[in-house]
Amino acid sequence: MTTVDLHTLTGAYAVHALGDDERDAFERHLAVCEPCAQEVRELAATASRLGLAVATTPSPALRERVLEQITTVRQEPPRVPRQGRGAGAVRSGRGLSRFVLAACLAAAVGFGGVAVWQHGEARDAQRRAEQAQDRSERLAEVLASGDARVISNELPGGATATVVVSLEQGRAAFLASDMPPPPEGKVYQLWFDHEGTMRPAGLMDPGARDTAMLMEGPLDGASGMGITVEPPGGSTEPTSEPVAAMPFGV
Amino acid sequence: MREPVSIGLPAVPGPDLQELMGAVARGDSDAFAGVYDRVAGPVLGLVRSVLRDPAQAEEVTQEVLVEVWRRAAHFQPEKGSAMAWIMTMAHRRAVDRVRSAQAATDREEKAALLARTPAFDEVTEQVEARLEREQVRRCLRTLTERQRESVTLAYYRGLTYREVAELLALPLGTVKTRLRDGLIRMRDCLGVSA
Repeated sequence: MTTVDLHTLTGAYAVHALGDDERDAFERHLAVCEPCAQEVRELAATASRLGLAVATTPSPALRERVLEQITTVRQEPPRVPRQGRGAGAVRSGRGLSRFVLAACLAAAVGFGGVAVWQHGEARDAQRRAEQAQDRSERLAEVLASGDARVISNELPGGATATVVVSLEQGRAAFLASDMPPPPEGKVYQLWFDHEGTMRPAGLMDPGARDTAMLMEGPLDGASGMGITVEPPGGSTEPTSEPVAAMPFGV
Repeated sequence: MREPVSIGLPAVPGPDLQELMGAVARGDSDAFAGVYDRVAGPVLGLVRSVLRDPAQAEEVTQEVLVEVWRRAAHFQPEKGSAMAWIMTMAHRRAVDRVRSAQAATDREEKAALLARTPAFDEVTEQVEARLEREQVRRCLRTLTERQRESVTLAYYRGLTYREVAELLALPLGTVKTRLRDGLIRMRDCLGVSA
């Protein structure tokens, strides 16, 4: 099953409509797909509203039975973070769990690695590795920042884009999953939106369907971000209609 | 027209459910009684909608509530509301019970399933519950007929999407998409965030 197929299972998963095998496969995917996890949380919360709508009145006897039974049931202890590695989520209500963070980072470092080997030459590779390392670290800082604000959006074609904004760090990270390839000979370019004026913020790797990247440049008061399709190397200002525009809500 | 009502949980006076869950996690059984009073009605209603059998529904509701007590320390408020956590658990339990009980569904039962609408008529007339129900109904009406059918069969009847596909004679992919699109539309209509 492809990632695209998996992603469409969020609805079925949220209402427990998957068979065991599919559920297991989907849960493995969820662990590395924060946008999917976010969507599942929202759809499960939505489903629970359907449940609230059929509320009924239980008998007093049930209350007695339950309250009596719990006096004999031991409570499970909380899950304790493993040493040297926090398992809690970041402070923000819509934050990323450290686990997902780690997955994003692994992905980011992985992309760095690919860039390195494609450009074979040793010295070049060394320099790129350092840059990738630096970008990865900054990306990690944004994702892990205490004030991380997460904005997720579904794009036409089923892709999911997530922007993590940290005002403290003055930076933003962009995560996408299931991005359809850009039109032949084109690239996706990211922009910071300053009240309608767009500032270039980096190019997506055209070969990658999933990405985790640091947006280039400081936030500098940007109110949102956008994605357009541009010629290779990018443009200084957008030359096409945005495929997505995401306000930061700050 | 948009209704200016925003309905969350049934209004029971006192601390809210999230706070109570924190106390339950620390072993406070009085707080658990508060949680019970806030969630038992919704849990029983949902479980009964899936299982139909009142005795089994009570049994599963009891299991769910005991599970809430047992696993309270695993509840993570940053991942969504306590009500959503509990209702998800309840739905999962009800569905597991249905699937273990019924290895195969015959055609007659399928026809009966199709004919049934969600058990809106069986609910209590508490004001909060009624408002919640009206809002959910209103939003269900914004779904296409096919989306609504898929969502209610899967959720209120506990069918797998394969069973829904079989029942409605639709390709699997279509049902997957309808479930997702239908729930997304419900989410937006209800203004749910998580």
